Amino acid sequence: MARLKTIARRTFLIGSAAIAGGVAFGYYRLRQDPPNPLLKDLKAGEAAITPYVRVDAKGVTLITPRADKGQGSYSIQAHLIAEELDVDPHKVRIDPGPPDTAYFNSRIMDDSLPFATIDEGIMARGARGGGEVLSRLLGMQITGGSSTVPDGYHKLRMAGAVARETLKEAAARRSGVSRSQLKTKDGQVILPDGKSVTYAELAIEAAQLAPVTDVALRSEQEWRYIGKKMRRIDIVAKSTGTQQYGIDIRPDRVVYATVRANPGIGGTIKRYDASSAEKMRGVKKIVPIKDGVGVIADNTWRAFQAAAAIKVEWNDPPYPADSAGMWKVLENSFSKDLLDSRLRNDGDVEKALAGSSKPIEAEYRTPYLAHAPLEPMNAVVLYTKERLDIWTGTQIPVFLQAHAAKLTQLPEEKIHVHAQPIGGSFGARLDDTYALQAIELAMAMEGVPVKMTWSREENMGHDYPRPIQLSRARGTVRDGMVESMSIDVAGQSMGASWFSRLQAPVPPGPDVSSVNGIWDQPFAIPNFRVTGYKAKEMVPVSPWRSVGASANGFHHASFLDELIHAAGADPMAELIRLCNHEPSKKILHTLRDVSAWKGSRIGDRRARGVALALSFGVPMAQVVEVSDTPQGIKIDKVYAVCDVGRILDPVNFEAQVRGGIIWALGHAMNCELTYENFAPVQTNFHLFEAMRFHQVPEIIVKGLELGGEVRGIGEPPVPPAAPALANAIFALTGKRVRELPLNKSVNFA
Amino acid sequence: MQLTVNSKRYDLDVEPEMPLLWVLRDELGISGPKYGCGAGLCGACTVHIDGAAVRSCSISAGEVRGSITTIEGLGTPANLHVVQQAWIEHQVAQCGYCQSGQMMTAAALLSKTPDPSDSEIADAMDGNLCRCGTYTRIHSAVRTAAQMMKGK
Repeated sequence: MARLKTIARRTFLIGSAAIAGGVAFGYYRLRQDPPNPLLKDLKAGEAAITPYVRVDAKGVTLITPRADKGQGSYSIQAHLIAEELDVDPHKVRIDPGPPDTAYFNSRIMDDSLPFATIDEGIMARGARGGGEVLSRLLGMQITGGSSTVPDGYHKLRMAGAVARETLKEAAARRSGVSRSQLKTKDGQVILPDGKSVTYAELAIEAAQLAPVTDVALRSEQEWRYIGKKMRRIDIVAKSTGTQQYGIDIRPDRVVYATVRANPGIGGTIKRYDASSAEKMRGVKKIVPIKDGVGVIADNTWRAFQAAAAIKVEWNDPPYPADSAGMWKVLENSFSKDLLDSRLRNDGDVEKALAGSSKPIEAEYRTPYLAHAPLEPMNAVVLYTKERLDIWTGTQIPVFLQAHAAKLTQLPEEKIHVHAQPIGGSFGARLDDTYALQAIELAMAMEGVPVKMTWSREENMGHDYPRPIQLSRARGTVRDGMVESMSIDVAGQSMGASWFSRLQAPVPPGPDVSSVNGIWDQPFAIPNFRVTGYKAKEMVPVSPWRSVGASANGFHHASFLDELIHAAGADPMAELIRLCNHEPSKKILHTLRDVSAWKGSRIGDRRARGVALALSFGVPMAQVVEVSDTPQGIKIDKVYAVCDVGRILDPVNFEAQVRGGIIWALGHAMNCELTYENFAPVQTNFHLFEAMRFHQVPEIIVKGLELGGEVRGIGEPPVPPAAPALANAIFALTGKRVRELPLNKSVNFA
Repeated sequence: MQLTVNSKRYDLDVEPEMPLLWVLRDELGISGPKYGCGAGLCGACTVHIDGAAVRSCSISAGEVRGSITTIEGLGTPANLHVVQQAWIEHQVAQCGYCQSGQMMTAAALLSKTPDPSDSEIADAMDGNLCRCGTYTRIHSAVRTAAQMMKGK
């Protein structure tokens, strides 16, 4: 069809000069949501077909607003859009887009609500709807909570479909062929006679159209990407050293900087003496910042050296100076006035305890833990009186934008956050202290880009950790079965600490994070009570991979195993008997079969532990197999079975499960932050090792697709691993380890 | 001071005690070697000096004797080293930040020990941390790379 081509060329020539706006349409228009942020910066010749699709003369750009910290979010977001848009995600551009409230996360609040993530009752659904409204109101563009997939599964495909149909409509108008007769393939609209026109050629016309919103998503049978092995879009870059992270950005005229903040987070600075540091080679400026001091130099290492040479006196932060004092606070928090929640209270625990001649009592402890991603916190910032540009990896771009506006007194629209791929986070980049420090330094270097990097030591000391937690558990058994379980948890509130740093309202109601992973577990213990006590805030804390359940999985699943052994029951059989959630039960049955479970002892020197934890809506059960070797306990095998509703990419699914298990086991084996004089003793990886290559077990993963809601998989592998390991150690040695890390009590090979 | 990096010679004016890593990253703009710990504990900064795997954060520029190869010199997207091919095939990387160092360590291992045993792989790779936990795929990729080298 010659006419089509001619018009395409001509339209483009006219259009590229004429069009400077475009239209906002797509999913958000349907929902009366915020306007399409891409329209604000649209250049001539570009069409922002939805907040997730931009088309210009060079081709298609997919917008992937959820941060990629290694969990593969860019790739899965791109594939979900591409599934409907008919483009090859490897052949188009991928851009995280600007920070914008339009990219709010509809599911980020799920884990902060006092309803189990599997609860489909009216109240729970209503609360989740409320959480979505709150997220929308606050424009919570947040990456976290294993929510990228649940939030985007429908929304991103719809964005792709709307863009596709609108591009088809543009082609229909141009060709005179009705839209229903057109097809799309690999970035092109195909006409009935086989001729084609690229999306790029249709950009101008598509931008002028009203959006085509009466679209239906494709059926599963038509899927080309979802459910099949995907190739990560960043795999070549990450296999050749060519992936650029925030820490690799090196603009012209860049200067290099670092900071030293009070080692006791929250404490202020009294005075400093930089007289010797100032004279060191390459040092350009010493700058006081909030709670610390920064050095700007011509090389990062020179900045590190100079920062170390500054003599500083600090003011103490308002909490105990050492770990013993911090534990004391928790020990004293089991009081009526600090009672915060009782989200579960089945049967009559007190009656069961009173009726038993031999109640079982135990105390569980889990330590502060750093996220310690391998890429230390860093940001490049260019400040002028007119605008601020920030290049950094962040899970909270809109919050960073707001905080930066406040700090610089510039309006928010003058704050440009350029989100970067992240070298690991595990929750660390849910805070932006490092970026705000970099802004303070850049404000002292107007017009010069400042690249601020934390030393590893600074990073270990200022990584808002996972909170410490203390549980007092009691329970009874009767007739070979678990009869009652009561767990009282004392912890400082992660939410209160983190939301206050975000300058966002702390979610109303009880602090669910400190009891998640206990109260919401799918077991019908006849008498089951979970009580939360809110300890006062100490070291400022933040979400750590799998959040509350990361610690509570250990507290709950270890104590349950303790009761099962006291009852003389088989751990697998008793978990199955107690389980009252069908998908979880199926998981356990599958795990029993896959692992060929025949009891927790295998001969003299080998043993197994089992644990199930349900978090982020995903039931995940694991068997850990250990053996006794002359060098210590060796973890030989892990079997992991879970249900995420549907597995979108089997390749990354397996990677996330294995990685999550290695993460959890490694930290359970040998990681903690202990405090002396307000600062963590663990200053680098020699004291915070986690799992080394030689310790890695064989990991057998089986993902079930039971057809329920589609869930994320970044976090759910973590909670059951530590208790499964501790349960295996008990089966092997007879020693019940109730405190992490385990290497305080046993040796590992 | 003169250094040879990826077959290119550089004249530098830096103090001899500056760690090689920071010469590469901040003076030369070679960003494949990563800063992770600054103390030889994580391996993210691993480069080759005359073929041997060295932690560039823990050797000062003045101590370097020999020719330096970074991940950029090992292979490129258009001309992949077998180790990089294997890393792509197994989709090893998650965040990818440690992987330059992992691949440099693996390449040094395979150049000396083309058919390593499991324990030789573990010994060689033990100093390279991966916080994402990609170790099982690293193991598979080292095996695959060894096979590919055999076929060449």
